[in-house]
Amino acid sequence: MALTGIEIYKLLPQTNCKDCDYPTCLAFAMKLAAKQAELSACPHVSEESKAQLAASSEPPVRLVTLSANGHEAKAGNEVVLFRHEKTFYNKPGLFVRVKDDMSADEIKTKVSPADAYNVVYVGIELEMDGLAVEAVSGDPNAFAAAIRVVREVSQRPLILISKDPAVMTEGLRAIDGEKPLIYAADQDNWEAMAELALQHETSLAVFEEDLDALAALTQKLKDKGVDDLVLDSGARSLNQLLATGTQIRRLALKENFRPLGFPIITFPGDADEPAMESVLAAQSIAKYAGFIVLDTFTPELIYPLLVLRENIYTDPQKPIQVQPGLYEINDPKPDDALLVTTNFSITYFSVANEVESAGQSAWLLVTDAEGMSVLTAWAAGKFDSERIAKDVKRFEVDDKVSNKQLVLPGHVAVLSGEVEEELPDWQVRVGPREAVDLPAFIKQVLTA
Amino acid sequence: MPIEIPKDSWAGEVRTVSFGATAENGGTRSKTITVGGEKTLPFLQFEVPMPHPPVIALEIKDRRPDDWSSLLLETWGDVVDDPGEWAKAAEEAGADLLQLTLSLTDNEGKPAKPDDAVAAVKKVLEASALPLIVMGPGQAEVDNELIVPIADATKGENLALGICEDKNYRTIVAAALANDHLVTSRAPMDVNLSKQLNILITDMGLPADRIIMDPTTGALGYGIEYGYSVMERLRLAALQGDAMTQLPMMVTVGTETWKTKEAKVGEDVPEAWGDWLERSINWETLTAVSLIESGADIVVLRHPESVRRVRLAIEDLMAVPEPA
Ligand code: B12
Ligand code: SF4
Repeated sequence: MALTGIEIYKLLPQTNCKDCDYPTCLAFAMKLAAKQAELSACPHVSEESKAQLAASSEPPVRLVTLSANGHEAKAGNEVVLFRHEKTFYNKPGLFVRVKDDMSADEIKTKVSPADAYNVVYVGIELEMDGLAVEAVSGDPNAFAAAIRVVREVSQRPLILISKDPAVMTEGLRAIDGEKPLIYAADQDNWEAMAELALQHETSLAVFEEDLDALAALTQKLKDKGVDDLVLDSGARSLNQLLATGTQIRRLALKENFRPLGFPIITFPGDADEPAMESVLAAQSIAKYAGFIVLDTFTPELIYPLLVLRENIYTDPQKPIQVQPGLYEINDPKPDDALLVTTNFSITYFSVANEVESAGQSAWLLVTDAEGMSVLTAWAAGKFDSERIAKDVKRFEVDDKVSNKQLVLPGHVAVLSGEVEEELPDWQVRVGPREAVDLPAFIKQVLTA
Repeated sequence: MPIEIPKDSWAGEVRTVSFGATAENGGTRSKTITVGGEKTLPFLQFEVPMPHPPVIALEIKDRRPDDWSSLLLETWGDVVDDPGEWAKAAEEAGADLLQLTLSLTDNEGKPAKPDDAVAAVKKVLEASALPLIVMGPGQAEVDNELIVPIADATKGENLALGICEDKNYRTIVAAALANDHLVTSRAPMDVNLSKQLNILITDMGLPADRIIMDPTTGALGYGIEYGYSVMERLRLAALQGDAMTQLPMMVTVGTETWKTKEAKVGEDVPEAWGDWLERSINWETLTAVSLIESGADIVVLRHPESVRRVRLAIEDLMAVPEPA
């Protein structure tokens, strides 16, 4: 856990020599606590203090990175239990699992669409993070072969699953030089798995069914020199996953308990009832998983999960916004209509996508509503006739739009009178309430 | 040395709220719904057992809805033309309780009439013995006009009536007071506004254990993160001892998710959105489960398959894990 300024001060020489360019050791300590200075600026700090300070600046949940061929999946570095306290940082990776008893064709049929998957949500492109390959055959060559088949169709990071070090050895050989996660060390195989992790510089998952045993094993692995660990407490049901996930996160953050200060891996793919896979994955996203292994890849399952992940991991202090301004949709002409909306990302994209995909052209005035939705902004006094009129002038809309038809969102029909007063040259129309109905409105009302 | 699991112990707890009167209590309901009573965060059974599982309501309307996704209309079929038939079907689909949402206008587009609204509620009460929430269409004056005669006509049934908002709570609260009903109090996603409204309502003399708080939510992709966090904050405030946040929470998940484009539109959408029906059910189910885990005691849904899945999730969450 991070030390306070005072705690850091106690570890400094306390001579106020100013060599660090701060007037006092305390001032320097405060800057260090705020992460606005580097310890190396003080030439006099003792080795012992250095070690203590270094340990305390380690994040409570270690950052673990899987990488392959230019792709990365990162988990860890979280500092809060509840997103409103600050924010969640590293979105848990979503992985799709294949098994080495599947035929090459079956593997490709499953992996290719997952690898190629790309969906745009509020202007952000969302993709899967990687794949998991599980050895169920027990045959090292079959495992390596399955991994090579995956590599023919995807270059994303891998999780290799086998508790047999001999099988894992062959698997790692198939992707030499990559940084997969190997799953998993347990009390029987841990020494051999640690060797493999060290030799290939990979991260290593640790499996033990109770937290005491799990913590004891991570200690042994750390003593061996394996630092990048990932935890599996064996929990597979919603209630167990919530309980152990919460306990592990609390121990790491509140007690600074190092042996469990690692990201968690979960396996919604193990669900008995297929419909529960999505529910388990959703819980994993909100409640503390770092890597999530699914068995099902379908767009109708993955899209909601990726959106949920985006939502839970947005910074609660600042809504995702777009730049206010006059946007052009499909090369509008001066006689096309002017649509007015706010600069909350979801709002902007709902409107812009609708008009764009209908192949219609229009001007879209995105007003500065401090990143709020239409009704929220209206209720908060950030989207009113004055602001609209101001932005019409600020973005020189008059120069570009000659037709002078201004369309307000249906939800703020009440504004139309005031907007007419503010902008007497404009004909103000009230559009539909939902953006889905905009294309029909443009076609039937505006251009009829 | 065994690890000491950090456990929170809280000064406060959520009130237990019950509604729906059985014959024993002068009503005609087959059971009473009881929610709340939590002494810690949702489902942290290693600290304190969760006293009452969250419950699932299905939303029905007094007439065929104008603006529901065609997927829902197909699923329910002709029962949507009759609130009684619909109530029966919803009960068979596995709901714990029903929410009847009144329409703003009748089938011909004329303003809804109080007599018709009362008749619809009676039909529902006759057709299904489940406890019932009745919500106005969400326009202050119309809500008052419709809910008051309903409150009078159903005295003894112990319904939950809404929507009480800051500018429009007095009339409905007074009607609930006079007829032994409960109210739902809705504030726009803000801890202090929720508190404030609950204070105003209790100031009128309605006991706090007759209020269900609706902190408002957004659907997945459309503001769920705000709903999620405000519910976590409200529940934390309740556990810390803040009396006017110590109420069970309900969220209208179905209303929110089924108005998103993802659930409403099946054509000309990106291929990456996948199968329309399954996507919509995931949209509703994931919104509901996320909010249950952040503190919802009542989730109001629209699709029967979502009910089935959310039920499985609740059963799993309520199971007490084996001690490690
Ligand atoms: C999320 C949310 C918030 C978030 C803010 C999110 C944000 N960045 O804007 C938070 C929690 C911060 C918030 C705060 C408040 N909120 Co608020 N909030 C919501 C909520 C749940 C969802 C809003 C949303 O994101 N919708 C999705 C977006 C995409 O919708 P949209 O912008 O309207 O866009 C759609 C249409 O308008 C249309 N459209 C958009 N542009 C255009 C343009 C044209 C030309 C056309 C034709 C159509 C069109 O297309 C879009 C898709 O269909 C709603 C309730 C609800 N469930 O709807 C309440 C709601 C909007 N909030 C409300 C209120 C009152 C507030 C507060 C004032 C409360 C308070 N006093 O604190 C504050 C104000 C903020 C402040 N003071 O800082 C009220 C507004 C009531 C009213 N009718 O006046 C609502 C309706 C809740 C309620 N029922 O009471 N809120
Ligand atoms: S250089 Fe080191 S000892 Fe000198 S004032 Fe700065 S912190 Fe203190």
